[in-house]
Amino acid sequence: MFAPGQSHTAVKNTAPELVLPFYFYAALSLLAGTILLFFSADSFTQSHLHPHVLAITHIMALGWGTMIILGASHQLVPVIIEKSLYSQKLAYTSFFLAATGIPLLVYAFYTFNMAAPAKWGGRLVLLAVICYVVNLSKTIFSSRQKNVHAWFILAASGWLLFTVSLGLALVYNFSFSFLPANSFKYLPLHAHAGIIGWFLLLIIGVGARLIPMFLISKYTNSTLLWFIFGLINAGLISFTIIFLFIPGTVGFLLPIFLILIAIILFAWFCYKSFKQRIRRQVDEQMKTSLLSVWMLLLPFIFLMSIVGWLFTDMMSSRMTLVYGFIIFFGWITAIIFGMTFKTMPFIVWNTIYGQKAGIGKTPNPKDLFSNTVFKYMLFIYLVGFVLFIVGAVLAQTVLLCIAAAILILAAVLYNFNVIKLLLHKPIAK
Amino acid sequence: MNVITNNQLKCTVALAALESVIDPEIGLNVVDLGLIYQLDFDEPQKKLFVSMTLTTQFCPMGESITAAVKRALENTFDGESVMLELTFDPPWNHNRISEEGKQFLSK
Repeated sequence: MFAPGQSHTAVKNTAPELVLPFYFYAALSLLAGTILLFFSADSFTQSHLHPHVLAITHIMALGWGTMIILGASHQLVPVIIEKSLYSQKLAYTSFFLAATGIPLLVYAFYTFNMAAPAKWGGRLVLLAVICYVVNLSKTIFSSRQKNVHAWFILAASGWLLFTVSLGLALVYNFSFSFLPANSFKYLPLHAHAGIIGWFLLLIIGVGARLIPMFLISKYTNSTLLWFIFGLINAGLISFTIIFLFIPGTVGFLLPIFLILIAIILFAWFCYKSFKQRIRRQVDEQMKTSLLSVWMLLLPFIFLMSIVGWLFTDMMSSRMTLVYGFIIFFGWITAIIFGMTFKTMPFIVWNTIYGQKAGIGKTPNPKDLFSNTVFKYMLFIYLVGFVLFIVGAVLAQTVLLCIAAAILILAAVLYNFNVIKLLLHKPIAK
Repeated sequence: MNVITNNQLKCTVALAALESVIDPEIGLNVVDLGLIYQLDFDEPQKKLFVSMTLTTQFCPMGESITAAVKRALENTFDGESVMLELTFDPPWNHNRISEEGKQFLSK
């Protein structure tokens, strides 16, 4: 007779009403970011410190990348650590604070008004991040499951807090000059704490869980993931120390080397997961996500160019622009494109059909959006992305405008699919 | 895909019913995926015990898959109460996929 063993319940999903606004806000931010890119194309032939470039960087980093990751992590963290989210109210608060603060901050950079708009924008974003970090820490520490993925997410949220705190300090430094140098001097630290500490750690932590899961891969290697975790954090900590106390280009090669090794190892992890997959058919969304892993190596080529002394000052500034563009419009955008349509259809499907499963035929989650539109979007995006890099390297405003217009089209198609998912009505088969 | 049971005939009927429960991400049914561990029937008490797993403990579709399994069995064995146990001991692994399932996934 049946002898009950150790029984589990499936983890309660976070309410979709909480997660989906993050996705929608991010989609609108991408559209706004590409429109700003079109109207500010000329600034990409100038300096990476141009106010319009700073505005675009912040709408892409916060409105696009961070908002969608905050939304997705509210959904994914509970399933990764098998514990319901500590507080849905804190998650809502985090959304509203960030959703209000980000436009203020972007407006402040666009007009370079470091007074009230920048300060309020920065304060609200910092408060949003504090709510997120508290919520996440409480959720993770109350769970018995503290696997390597949870530590990636926890460390990433710590670096996010550091990044936005430093960002707000830099805004205040414009008015009160309390730091030893002017605010622009600290931008590399602010930017890399965000790019490596927040985006890279989080994407690797979550990607290392999701990629083998979606591929149904036999490959697991948590030792390798712990090693990658150590390399990235060691790289960032050494970068911070070198940046603050022993400035000089040669010293920066150490953190670059550590992080490059970490990325190569993660690419290796993805390759092994791919090779040992049981599911042979890989959909477009997974291919896009895997492509973004290889895209990670591109910024390093440009970073080495900047660190090297082969370029003149103007060329170096242009390379910095391209470096930032590749990170935000390349790597981060590609992985979000792929993962949006791997996660969002399931959230919508669970909401509409979760309770109807087993009663009658229900559509597949992947049928809730248009895969044809997704393919066109991807093709258009890649064309726009490559053209923009060429335009920025050659400082050709016309080419930059054309590329930005193509990227607007890609963003419109992305928004089309996101809205199609959000407005999906139950289909009775 | 070994399913432990105390009633082979009813188990065959149950598994046929469960072939309609599809993992929406993978597109393969729960039987060929090897998610069903045990099906026991308590005829006098009119109870059906099912022990099953998920491909991963982190499966966001877990709730809807287990609900669908329960519903499919309730519809097939009218009047019997279905008791479902979700277990990860032993955890699912790819060796549990049936030959048909492997063929489907290798397409």
